[in-house]
Amino acid sequence: MLLIPCPWCGPRDETEFHYGGQAHVAYPGNPAALSDEEWARYLFFRDNPKGAFAERWNHSAGCRRWFNAVRDTADNEIRAVYRTGEPRPVTA
Amino acid sequence: MVDTTTRRSPLAGQAPALAGLPISARELPFLTQLNLRADPDGPAAASIGRALGGTLPVVPSTASRFGEVDVLWLGPDEWLLLAPSGQEEALAATVRRAIGEADGAVTDVSAQRTAVALTGPRVREVLARGCSIDLHPKAAPAGSCVQTLLAQTGVTILVRDETSSDFLLLVRSSFAEYFAAWLIDACAELGE
Repeated sequence: MLLIPCPWCGPRDETEFHYGGQAHVAYPGNPAALSDEEWARYLFFRDNPKGAFAERWNHSAGCRRWFNAVRDTADNEIRAVYRTGEPRPVTA
Repeated sequence: MVDTTTRRSPLAGQAPALAGLPISARELPFLTQLNLRADPDGPAAASIGRALGGTLPVVPSTASRFGEVDVLWLGPDEWLLLAPSGQEEALAATVRRAIGEADGAVTDVSAQRTAVALTGPRVREVLARGCSIDLHPKAAPAGSCVQTLLAQTGVTILVRDETSSDFLLLVRSSFAEYFAAWLIDACAELGE
């Protein structure tokens, strides 16, 4: 089980959290202007890196806040956590 | 006409079973519970704090006690006010007056959860069977208040006094029977 450090509550078991997918996927400025292909790309296409990956988590059994975490997909190490609205920190 | 609106607390049927446990587990039914939302740095939070007689706790996983009202930190802009039974309207009115024209919301959620007072030197040992939070007095001194999972059900644990092992546990009304069954089972392993 992962031990995820919630930016508010501190380290908690993974079972207390809900996964929210890739972080920093901005909603299109003018959705009506998008072609079907661009809309599908926004909805369904996500990065799948081997290494550091910024993703959203919700501490659903605790403070119920969304936050972002940089997780290394190769070794599951959480490199950084930061609150929503903050820029992605530089990680090694 | 028959009165069909008699109040019955979620754990009323479990009281005899809970009374026989090696730890003291007693339901505190019908506590006043108000959910409070406000910007922690805004005028409403400061005004509510003054009305209650202190400042709202802003450190995560802590609680403050003002008179007979406990204020539990639930989130960066969310608190739970816990008071004796029957004070719903009076306390809500006090908080609403304090909020005034500022931004804030207070909601009566008294029926959402029920409270169980857990006391006894072996409470930590029992809770540790279903909860990964470190409740050692050094890690969780009096005034700690954690929201977590206990045997897969969401609970809020308030540490009233760490030296005498005095805890208050809040559990959803619909999960209260399950929690009681789990507690009885967890205590069975303690033996005498």
